[in-house]
Amino acid sequence: MNSFLKRRFFDQIAVMFGRESRKPTAIAPQAQTIHLYKRGNRDLIAEKLHARAHALHTHKWRNRRWATLLFVNLFFTVSFWLDIQILEGALTASRFIGFHLIDLNSALQVMLAHKHIIVNLVIGTGTVLVLWLLLGGRTFCSWVCPYHLLAEWAESIHLWLVKKKLVTDQAIDRRLRTGSWLVFATLAVATGYTVFESISPTGIVSRALIYGPGLALLWVLALLVFEVFFSRRAWCRYACPIGLTYGVVGIFSPVRIKYTLEGCFHEGDCRKVCLVPHVLDTVIKGRAVDTQIPIGPDCTRCGLCVDTCPTGSLKFEVKGLSKLL
Amino acid sequence: MKQNETPEDVPDAVPPASENGSGADGGSASAKPPARPGGKPPLSRERLQQARRKWLRTILLTGGVTGAALSGFLPLVYARTKRLRPPGALDEKDFLSSCIKCGQCVQVCPVQAIKLADLIDGFGVGAPYIDAREQACDFSCDAVQCILACPTGSLVYKKPAFLGVRKGAKLAGAPILKAKEKDAEPTLNLAERIGVARLARPEACLAIQGKGFKGQVRGAGFNARMRYMEVDRWKPIKIADHPYDLAECDLCVRECPVKGAISIETVYAPDGSLRKSPVVHEPCVGCGVCEMICPVEPTCIVVEAREVWNT
Repeated sequence: MNSFLKRRFFDQIAVMFGRESRKPTAIAPQAQTIHLYKRGNRDLIAEKLHARAHALHTHKWRNRRWATLLFVNLFFTVSFWLDIQILEGALTASRFIGFHLIDLNSALQVMLAHKHIIVNLVIGTGTVLVLWLLLGGRTFCSWVCPYHLLAEWAESIHLWLVKKKLVTDQAIDRRLRTGSWLVFATLAVATGYTVFESISPTGIVSRALIYGPGLALLWVLALLVFEVFFSRRAWCRYACPIGLTYGVVGIFSPVRIKYTLEGCFHEGDCRKVCLVPHVLDTVIKGRAVDTQIPIGPDCTRCGLCVDTCPTGSLKFEVKGLSKLL
Repeated sequence: MKQNETPEDVPDAVPPASENGSGADGGSASAKPPARPGGKPPLSRERLQQARRKWLRTILLTGGVTGAALSGFLPLVYARTKRLRPPGALDEKDFLSSCIKCGQCVQVCPVQAIKLADLIDGFGVGAPYIDAREQACDFSCDAVQCILACPTGSLVYKKPAFLGVRKGAKLAGAPILKAKEKDAEPTLNLAERIGVARLARPEACLAIQGKGFKGQVRGAGFNARMRYMEVDRWKPIKIADHPYDLAECDLCVRECPVKGAISIETVYAPDGSLRKSPVVHEPCVGCGVCEMICPVEPTCIVVEAREVWNT
């Protein structure tokens, strides 16, 4: 990693905690050459129009992701209903063929509230930690969290309403998420209750899927209504401490989206579909600090940008593995 | 819960004064926009307004989320009934703080006695409880599977040293399971009780009245299940499929899974006469089978959740 990428690496961590993304102060010479080449290049404009006309819109990654998400969540349900005992429990804590798996944020809440840690909790948390270290932190959000899928559907209603000019997206300060992480951690320590668990839509929806619906779903519904009519993807973007917990885990993760500057037309389609567009600030014209840039830890690896990119400038990458292949 | 989804906050040409009346932050929009540090040009009035609104929305969402979360306190404060927790549960406060709300205890219970609490339980949402009248724990799993399944130690065979044991909660000895009485290891691995049974309505008790009981306990539509050793050791059956014909009702004693926890004794009635009555003894663990099996409506005997044994 060169100094430009290193600076961006730390920059993106700060961005994850809520800082606004900034223009880079220094850009690698190779990247500068490309930026310069692209400026006012007529051939490039023609090429862009051509690519636009022939762009193929796929939902490859979205479909794979939805299938995975539904499979994981319904596997819990089926395992319980058929009593096959392969995957027992809910997303907060479970056992997969006997191995403990415990959600990192739930485990954190319990540890902070109860102030006592038993062996099974450590084992389960450790297993999940390694899993998401490898698969990429917030990958949990978009590939497993059932609320993410509901919110995605609510988002499409929101975007339709926006198109009809019936609502506008009201942005909220992203530092709120770091704040809510701290608030709920403090509340857990101070009150001795796992306060966040009582409103966590991930836990509520997961339990509803497995053990049957309850009144707690009303809270989830309220969140969705808020997101449809007021602020796009508000919970996942601005409030959910689970996202931050997994984001931190994903800082060193080898699975990520890689951006290649060269072919990019800088049209910003990717930023329009992205849940966390601040991680894609690098695709803005003249912002890329290097020719190839890994996208930051707040990225949920949902693959919507990969699907939507007309030039293939955004791709999934497994660090180390891609070199081997 | 917040209900603020009205999209009235659309940034349009509303004069700033109209919104400033109540707003405490930002304040003086009429004054000149202050110059920003670092010699940057001052923000336009519109930008300032947008920034202020974003700030207000942020406060709104913060308030909504923390408010909703903290409202979970209310049911704890106003709780009228105590929840009967699964066997081996820590004391209520510790139980709620350590439970991760995964429901693995629900999944292993062979009679499905354990349910998960809903929103009205506040911080207890998703935490397991037992409604003994509907389906009590009859220990038909023999090993207290729910404790075995618990990943966070909310249900334990033995409490860790740093957690205190309430006086009277500790069982004098390991409870002997009547079903396992002839086994090499007849005891149940349980150190503390989850409650104590109490004869709540002696006036209606069939045993006290010297009445018998014939037929299905609590009707044909009653779905609760129980293990009957003479039928099948490992497969609990519906209580409705196991009718009784008793000259004198002793269902609570007969079906109590724990040895010596309850018996029919001859006691003095308030008027001085002698009569028979079910009497609860120290080995009672509070499982609630007596409450479930009592054929009188409403039940004569109840489990007082989290109650301790007072001698």
